[in-house]
Amino acid sequence: MTELKENKQMGTTQNGILYPSPVMLDLNDLKKVYPTPKGDYVVLEHLNLQIMKEEFVTIIGHSGCGKTTMLSMIAGLNPISGGNISVLGNPVKGPGPDRGVIFQSPSLMPWMTALQNVLLGVNKVFAHATKAQRQDIAKYYLHKVGLDGAFHKKASELSQGMQQRVGIARAFAIKPKVLLLDEPFGMLDSLTRGELQDILIEIWNKEKITAVMITHDVDEAIFLADRVVMMTSGPRAKIGDVLNIDFERPRTRKSVLEHDDYYTYRKHLIDFLEH
Amino acid sequence: MEQDITLKKEGQGLAFLKPLVTKLTPKFQKGDILSSLKKAGITIVSILLFLGLWQLGSKALYNKEADYKIEKALTERGQEAADAERACIESGDSSCQPNTLPSPAQVWGSLQSLIADHKVITADKAAFVEKMAKTNAKLTAQGKNAIVYTGRASFVDIVLTSIKTVFAGFLLALLIAVPIGIIIGLSPSLRSAFNWFIQIFKPVSPVVWYLLVFMIVKTLYIGDSSDNAFVISFISVGLCAMWATLVNTAMGVASVDKDYINVAKVLKLGTFQKVFKVILPSSLPLIFTGLRITLSVAWMVLIAIELLAQSQGLGLFVWEEFQNGANDSNAKIIVAMFVIGIIGFLLDRIMLSVQNLVSFNKNEMA
Repeated sequence: MTELKENKQMGTTQNGILYPSPVMLDLNDLKKVYPTPKGDYVVLEHLNLQIMKEEFVTIIGHSGCGKTTMLSMIAGLNPISGGNISVLGNPVKGPGPDRGVIFQSPSLMPWMTALQNVLLGVNKVFAHATKAQRQDIAKYYLHKVGLDGAFHKKASELSQGMQQRVGIARAFAIKPKVLLLDEPFGMLDSLTRGELQDILIEIWNKEKITAVMITHDVDEAIFLADRVVMMTSGPRAKIGDVLNIDFERPRTRKSVLEHDDYYTYRKHLIDFLEH
Repeated sequence: MEQDITLKKEGQGLAFLKPLVTKLTPKFQKGDILSSLKKAGITIVSILLFLGLWQLGSKALYNKEADYKIEKALTERGQEAADAERACIESGDSSCQPNTLPSPAQVWGSLQSLIADHKVITADKAAFVEKMAKTNAKLTAQGKNAIVYTGRASFVDIVLTSIKTVFAGFLLALLIAVPIGIIIGLSPSLRSAFNWFIQIFKPVSPVVWYLLVFMIVKTLYIGDSSDNAFVISFISVGLCAMWATLVNTAMGVASVDKDYINVAKVLKLGTFQKVFKVILPSSLPLIFTGLRITLSVAWMVLIAIELLAQSQGLGLFVWEEFQNGANDSNAKIIVAMFVIGIIGFLLDRIMLSVQNLVSFNKNEMA
């Protein structure tokens, strides 16, 4: 019930009028500590980040700096040691379908078909819809990721890239408030990666779900994001720098690459990562 | 090559049929014929080699036993008796044949005689049923039990009894071990609670299980005159064999891929959905590995347990033949040994096929 009220108060882009974007996701003085026999290991400390509604944020940083830890804390899969995380003002207390996750490995149930994998979440979230409606939702998103012919293929029979497409469909189909992507294309070859970036951004342009994505790829970070957040190296990692990407949406890869600012952005990110 | 791959995928469980399948498949490449011929050739050569060694061994043992018999006759009863003994052995008279490891030919002969015996008994049974048909109809009409054939069981009946017992035992093991395995796999505290129990009872010998079951069933069946050897033997078999399934099920359930669990958490699936849609399907391959071990253990301990329980199966057959000490008893024991081995092998292959059927990732299966 609170959900509806909030949506009314916050507003979105309706009838061409852009309402001010409220904070969707708020990380406040976040801290993560792993106790070890030699004493506590502090992964994250004093981490503050506000992500606005309908914003696409990519997070970049060196391996092992705690990016994934941060994301799994937002997802509610990893307990918070200090500070807090809230989604639309409600503190995160555990995992839930308001925060969809696309994992690094597709994590599909290999014994289920593509459709069944998507339905697994849809059935849970849209429990009151009819069976036909739920099927339609799942099929719509599978269609959106270009898997029209593969509804009834077992996940284990799909290629890695196709599996990750199902992963994208599964995450969008439950209509989360926040989409969390943990290096979703890290395991793919560069050609497939490009295809999937295009698919992701195409669906995202339509759904405008607030997204937080971890990546190692500077070009991917710029192409997809409204803001690139750079994290310092751990231990005690925090936000090092934030870069606004002012390209218009919808973007095409070509327009981004040809834009004058592209190389400035790129240099900025690479300079940060190299220091 | 393509054909080879499909065969591998579908027929892993029945891969021993591959040479046959290849022979029966009209389209294949030259390399395939050669390699399958080579494989079949090697198998045939090794079988011949085995039979040859067996023949030589049994011959040597036969001679040793014969020499001993003649020697004994000589020292105990003098030269005349020794000559008579030698003549008797050489004549092939059944009364004085050395009793030792039978040769392949003797075993083959025993198999034939067992089959002939089966035919005789089957005919007897049919005749009996026909003869008693009227009487039995009358008895049933009066509400009494019909008279059934209680004569000697044939070898085929014995084998069928054993198979029936092993399947009943296997089913019991499945019904006990899978649900308990799932429950203790789901809960770490129950797992530690059950751990000592599993560790202590797993290594217990089939004989002791039989005795335990006997103690309990004997009391439960007090006053009941019906034959409970079958019940005792299948329960003992089940209890002996269930441990592999119990341990594997618990392990499979406890070690579900963390990614799947995370997906279930993010989607906030209920416990029922989580268990039946995520945990169970993902642990099926391990559960079936356990069931396969259980079936082979069940078949192995069955023989010992039937012997103890006096259940009319292969175990008792082997033991009675040994006690019997008739001329062809040893050959019959060897026949039973081959039958036990071949059935065990077939059971294992059937389970392997089922296992491959339920495993979702065929590439990962060994």
